[in-house]
Amino acid sequence: MTQTTAFKDRTAIVGIGQTAFAKSLPETELQLACRAIRAALDDAGIDPGEVDALGCFTQETTPEFEIARNLGFGELHFFSQVAHGGGAICGAIGQVAMAIALGVAKVGVVWRSRKRGDPSKRQWAGVQPRIDDHWKWSRPHGLSRPVDEVAVMMRRYMHDHGATREQLASVALAQRAYANGNPDALMREKPMTLSSYLDARMISDPLCLFDNCLESDGAIAIVVTAAERVRDLRRSPVLIHAFSQGMTREHQLMTDYHGADPFRSSSGATAANLWRQSDIGPAEIDFAQIYDAFSPLVLFSLENYGFCGRGEAAAFAAGGAIAKGGSLPVNTSGGSLSEVYLHGANLVTEAVRQLRGEAANQVDGAETCLVSTCDSTPNGALVLRR
Amino acid sequence: MIETIPLPVTDDPVDRAFWQACLEGRLLVQRCGDCGHVQHPPRAMCPVCRSMELGWSECVGTGTIWSFTVPRPPLLPAFAGLVPYVVVIVEPDDFPGIRIVGALAGIEGNGIGGIDPETIAIGGPVRLTFVSLADDVALPCWAPVAADGSLEKDAQQ
Ligand SMILES: [Zn+2]
Repeated sequence: MTQTTAFKDRTAIVGIGQTAFAKSLPETELQLACRAIRAALDDAGIDPGEVDALGCFTQETTPEFEIARNLGFGELHFFSQVAHGGGAICGAIGQVAMAIALGVAKVGVVWRSRKRGDPSKRQWAGVQPRIDDHWKWSRPHGLSRPVDEVAVMMRRYMHDHGATREQLASVALAQRAYANGNPDALMREKPMTLSSYLDARMISDPLCLFDNCLESDGAIAIVVTAAERVRDLRRSPVLIHAFSQGMTREHQLMTDYHGADPFRSSSGATAANLWRQSDIGPAEIDFAQIYDAFSPLVLFSLENYGFCGRGEAAAFAAGGAIAKGGSLPVNTSGGSLSEVYLHGANLVTEAVRQLRGEAANQVDGAETCLVSTCDSTPNGALVLRR
Repeated sequence: MIETIPLPVTDDPVDRAFWQACLEGRLLVQRCGDCGHVQHPPRAMCPVCRSMELGWSECVGTGTIWSFTVPRPPLLPAFAGLVPYVVVIVEPDDFPGIRIVGALAGIEGNGIGGIDPETIAIGGPVRLTFVSLADDVALPCWAPVAADGSLEKDAQQ
């Protein structure tokens, strides 16, 4: 028996908020963060003065004290930041939830505010003339962007398992179809066909434009509190059932290809510890919100989290499993590929809407969800349930 | 955005010897002086026995392509000017399990690129070459070996 009762179902997501999503928004990241957090607390029906815990990304540019003094929070008792960009949102939520479950704090806010629509905000574009960290082993060779590192993995995956670009396309196509049904999605009015996918320009062969996340502006906030508190709140709670972060020994920021099994990645470490704590296994998950800055990450994560076997995810996706009406709908708001790119925070808010029964592309009877973060970085995941 | 190819810092005590050897036309892989564990990229400590007495072994300079990509714009200006270039992950023949990132280049070491991506495949043989990018940086790159082995003959002359 494992000792998981101190955490399991002890906390809940009780509020979500977001700004408009757009290629370019006029407000600053701080203004956007304030809007999203205010909306999330309104959604929860919790007074900002009750907030005493914060969680965010190390890459977040809006500091905790600015957030606290703008929103009029109470005295804070816990604030943590999680590293590794796309791998961070579930860790940020999970750490705040742990603080609340242990009685260190009572009400937590997790947020991500980002203006990425401007091409100059691309992180790889800010590389310096001399590199002193692990990037020195790849970037001087022209393997300079995250997409290049994922492209290398996808090509090897195709070689190992006979996967095709047509199969990979099913990820972008399924998510675009979801976005077409989501009035908040950037790509709500832009359908995608297989031929438009195959004709799109290459960004890092074999990955084309539509295998890449959007470049967009926006902010999202999430409110967490104790499950025992939720009776007097406005919204039906979404319980945080299980949580883990994960990092394999050989991992670098965006790559695990120096490790013995590059495809297991940090998701393998997260998944094993997540399912160990969970009463709900992969077979009982109704839908999944899987980090998708690049479409191959969805395939790799489907395997690492146990939804299909090694080498089977491309056929699983191509068979329609992840699309509307499939056996495991994935990224039902359109995700990072077609709704908005906010380092995966929108995957969490969509999970909450689905479990409340109020999603634009509602999955019938949705009661359980996996939310994952970036397969190619140190990462984390949550099991959420009604 | 920088106009030049980003270069490695070469005076870090952990990997200074690696970059020095590159200037001499040799590719090194780090080897633990106590337990013999081999690793790349170099580190400060051996994760097997926690030794900090880390030495080096020289690669013979042949390997096979584990995977590769062909980056396209948007790219840093220096790389945009090289399109189409190929970046490979190579498994050196004499160090199974080690994977090294390298650009493809001609055997003459005239620069990154100049290789037709259509001729490249996973499992294809490559030979070590160096591209000089600064007084302290000779970047270890890889030249594809043609099916008739012609490049190998050239390299041995
Ligand atoms: Zn050792």
